[in-house]
Amino acid sequence: MSTTTQTDIKTFRAETRAWLEENCPQSMRSPYRSAEDIFWGGSKPEFSSEDQKLWFERMRDKGWTAPAWPKKYGGGGLNKAEYKVFKEEMARINARPPLFSFGLMMLGPALLYFGSEEQKMKYIPEICRGEIWWCQGYSEPGSGSDLASLQTRAEDMGDHFLINGQKIWTSYADQADKIFCLVRTNPKAPKHTGISFVLIDMNQEGVTTRPIKLISGKSPFCETFFDNAKTPKENLVGTLNDGWTIAKYLLTHERSGIGLMPATQSLQDMAIEEIGLENGVLADPILRPQITRWMINEAALKLTTERTMDEAKAGQSPGAKSAFFKYYGTELNKEQSEMRVVIKGFEGVEWGEDYNDGKLARGMCRTKGNSIEGGTSEVMLNIISKRILGLPSR
Amino acid sequence: MALVINEEQQMLKTSAKELLKNRAPVSALRLLRDSKDSKGYDPQLWQEMAEMGWTALNIPEAYGGLDFGYVGLGQIMEEMGRTLTASPLFSTVWMGATVINLAGNVLQKESLLPAIAEGTQVVALALEETNRHNPSRISTTAIASGEGYVLSGRKVFVLDGHIADKLVVVARTADGDEGINLFLVDSKVEGLSIERKWMMDSRNSATVTLENVSAELLGEEGEGFAALEKMMDIARIGLSAEMLGTMQEAFERTIAYLKERTQFGVQIGSFQALQHRAALMYSEIELCKSLVIKSLQAIDEDSSDLTKLACMTKAKVGETIELVTNEAIQMHGGIGVTDEEEIGFFMKRARVAQRTLGDYHYHLDRFAKLNGF
Repeated sequence: MSTTTQTDIKTFRAETRAWLEENCPQSMRSPYRSAEDIFWGGSKPEFSSEDQKLWFERMRDKGWTAPAWPKKYGGGGLNKAEYKVFKEEMARINARPPLFSFGLMMLGPALLYFGSEEQKMKYIPEICRGEIWWCQGYSEPGSGSDLASLQTRAEDMGDHFLINGQKIWTSYADQADKIFCLVRTNPKAPKHTGISFVLIDMNQEGVTTRPIKLISGKSPFCETFFDNAKTPKENLVGTLNDGWTIAKYLLTHERSGIGLMPATQSLQDMAIEEIGLENGVLADPILRPQITRWMINEAALKLTTERTMDEAKAGQSPGAKSAFFKYYGTELNKEQSEMRVVIKGFEGVEWGEDYNDGKLARGMCRTKGNSIEGGTSEVMLNIISKRILGLPSR
Repeated sequence: MALVINEEQQMLKTSAKELLKNRAPVSALRLLRDSKDSKGYDPQLWQEMAEMGWTALNIPEAYGGLDFGYVGLGQIMEEMGRTLTASPLFSTVWMGATVINLAGNVLQKESLLPAIAEGTQVVALALEETNRHNPSRISTTAIASGEGYVLSGRKVFVLDGHIADKLVVVARTADGDEGINLFLVDSKVEGLSIERKWMMDSRNSATVTLENVSAELLGEEGEGFAALEKMMDIARIGLSAEMLGTMQEAFERTIAYLKERTQFGVQIGSFQALQHRAALMYSEIELCKSLVIKSLQAIDEDSSDLTKLACMTKAKVGETIELVTNEAIQMHGGIGVTDEEEIGFFMKRARVAQRTLGDYHYHLDRFAKLNGF
C-alpha cells in the first residue's frame, strides 16, 4: 500500500476540489430528490438530463464511479486517506453519485473478495463503466426469512449449469442485463452447504420477469422465472456449494445500506409548520414527546454508527452488529414516516393519480417493507440474540 | 473526536473495576442498608478512592487536582454503577467541585477544592424544594446581612446531606432565574437542621431546614443560576454514566441467568419470546453507550452542544434503565422479586437515579423546548 504524506494529501485535496468545481454540473450538486435522479447504467442507458450524462461520463473517465477500487479493474485506485478526502470534497459541493447500481454496491465488493482474477478482469471494469445492469436473485416464494431453503436448481451439464426455478423481489429484473444468483447445486447436502453463487445472463430464452406492484402503488421489484436457462461454468463465483458464505457477506453489505433515509424537511419543522405552537409548545401534546423521542433515538443511532466505526479503527470487530443497525434504522424509518402522515392529516392520506402525488402516504406504505427486505426485524433480533448475546438455539 | 476512550482512561477504568469488585460489591451496599449504617457509606473506602485520585480528576492542577478530565471520571461512575457503590463521589466531586470551580472566586476555590481533592471535604448540593425536579422554583430566601447573607427555607432530596461538611445552597435574592444564587453553608452552623431520609436505593438523602442561617455567597451575585445550570448538565452526564454501568450490569446478569436457568428441560434463553426482548435491550443500551461517551467528551471540550447532549443522554438513559431493570426482574422470575437476589437493588437504584436532576419526562420536555417546540 502506498503511503501518503500530509503534503500529498493537501495537493490531492486541492486538485480534487478544482476538478470537481470544473466538472460537476450545477444541477448535479444536490442529493437525489426522486427516482429519476438516479442513473443506473446498463446496456441501454437512460439519462434524465444532459447534465446527468455529462457528470456520469466525466466521472467514469476519471475512474471515480468506484474511487477506491483498484485501477487495474477500472476503479480510481484511491488509498484510504485520498478516498476520505474525495468523499469530503464531494460532500462539500453536495455532488450526487454519478452512478448507482447493485454492481457497485454488491456484486463488485463480492467479486473483489471472492472472485477469480479472470472474473475480476471481466466484470469489474464493466461495473465501473456502468455498462451492465446487475440485479440480485436471492429470495424465492418459499424462501424468505429462511433463505437457505432456496430451491432454484443449477444442474451440472458438463460445460454449463442448467437453471430451473423462481426468484422473487428481484429489483429491476425487468431492466437488468445480468443477475447474480443463489442456486442449489447439491440438493442432498444440508441446506446451507448445497448452495452456489452464479452469474446468469438475463437476455436469454428461459428467463422471464414479471413486475410486482406493492402497497405503495409501484415498485422496482419483479418475479424472475428460470426455465432451462443456461450459464457457463466459469460463471460460478467462489467454491461450488459454498455460496452461502458469499450470501452472508452480501447480506451484511445490503443491511448496512438499508437504514435511515435522509429527509428534505425535519419532523419538528414539519410539525411546527403544520400544527403550530401554543405558548411555545407544539399544539399536539401527544405528538410532541413522540417526535422528541424519535429525534433523540435518531441522533443516538447516528452516534452509534460513528462509535462503531471508531471502535473498528481501534481494532474492535463490529461482528454481527449490522443486524442491530438494520433493525434499529428501519424501525426508526417506519416511525418517522408514520408521524409525517399524522402531522399532515388529510394531505397525509392523499393518494393522487400519479406515483409522484401522495408521496407521504405512498412513502409510508413503502417503509413497511424496510423491516422485511434484506432480513426481517425478527430475523435481525434472532441474529443479535444468538451471535452477539450468545443465547442458545433450540 | 473518536468515540472511544484512550489508553489512560482505559487503565483508570480497569483499576476502578478492580477496586470496586473487591471493596464495594453489591453486598457492601446491602450491609450498609441492613446495619442502618449511620454514615451510609464506607469512609475507609472513600479515602482509598481519594488516594487513587478519583476525587481530584476534575479539579485543576492549580487547586491540588489532577485535571484529568470528565471522560475519565465518567469511567469510574460507570464502574460504580455496576457495583451500586455508595460514596459521596457524585455529590462532592461531580456536583460540589464542579460548581465551586465554575462559580467560586479564587479564595473559595483555594479553600475548598484542595480539600475535596484530598477526600477530606464532603460537599452536598441543596437544590430541590418540591417533589419534582424544578431548579427554577426556588423560594428559599437569601438576604444580605453584614458581610454575608442570611438564608431561610426548606430543601428536600439533598444527596449526602447528613454527612456533608459543606452545603451549596440554592437560594433567591430576587425574582426570576437571575435572582437565584448559590451560597456556601457550613453544616455545623446555627439554624441549620438536617434530617436523614431513607431512600429506595439505600443511598443518602436528607431534608434540610434553614432558619436564618449565615451563609457566604459563592462567586458573584447574578451569576449563580448560569453556573448551576452548567453544573447540572455536567452532573446529569456523570449520573448517566453511572446509570449506563447499572443497566449493563443488570443486563449482563440477566443474560447469564437466561443461559443458566432451565425449565421444560431447556435453557430459558432458548425461548424466542425472551431472546427478542434481550436483543431489544441490547439495542437500546448500544444507543446509550454512544450518547454517554459523546456527552462526556463534550464536557472536556466545553462544547456548545453540552446542554442538548446532557438532555438527550439523561432522557435516553432514563428510559432505557427502566426498561432494562424491569425486564431483568421479570426474566429472573420468582427469584427476581426476592430480597435475597441482588437484581432488585439495580431496579431500586434506577428509580432514584431517574428522579435525580430530572427524569425521562423532564428531559424529553426540555429537549423539545430547546428545539423550539
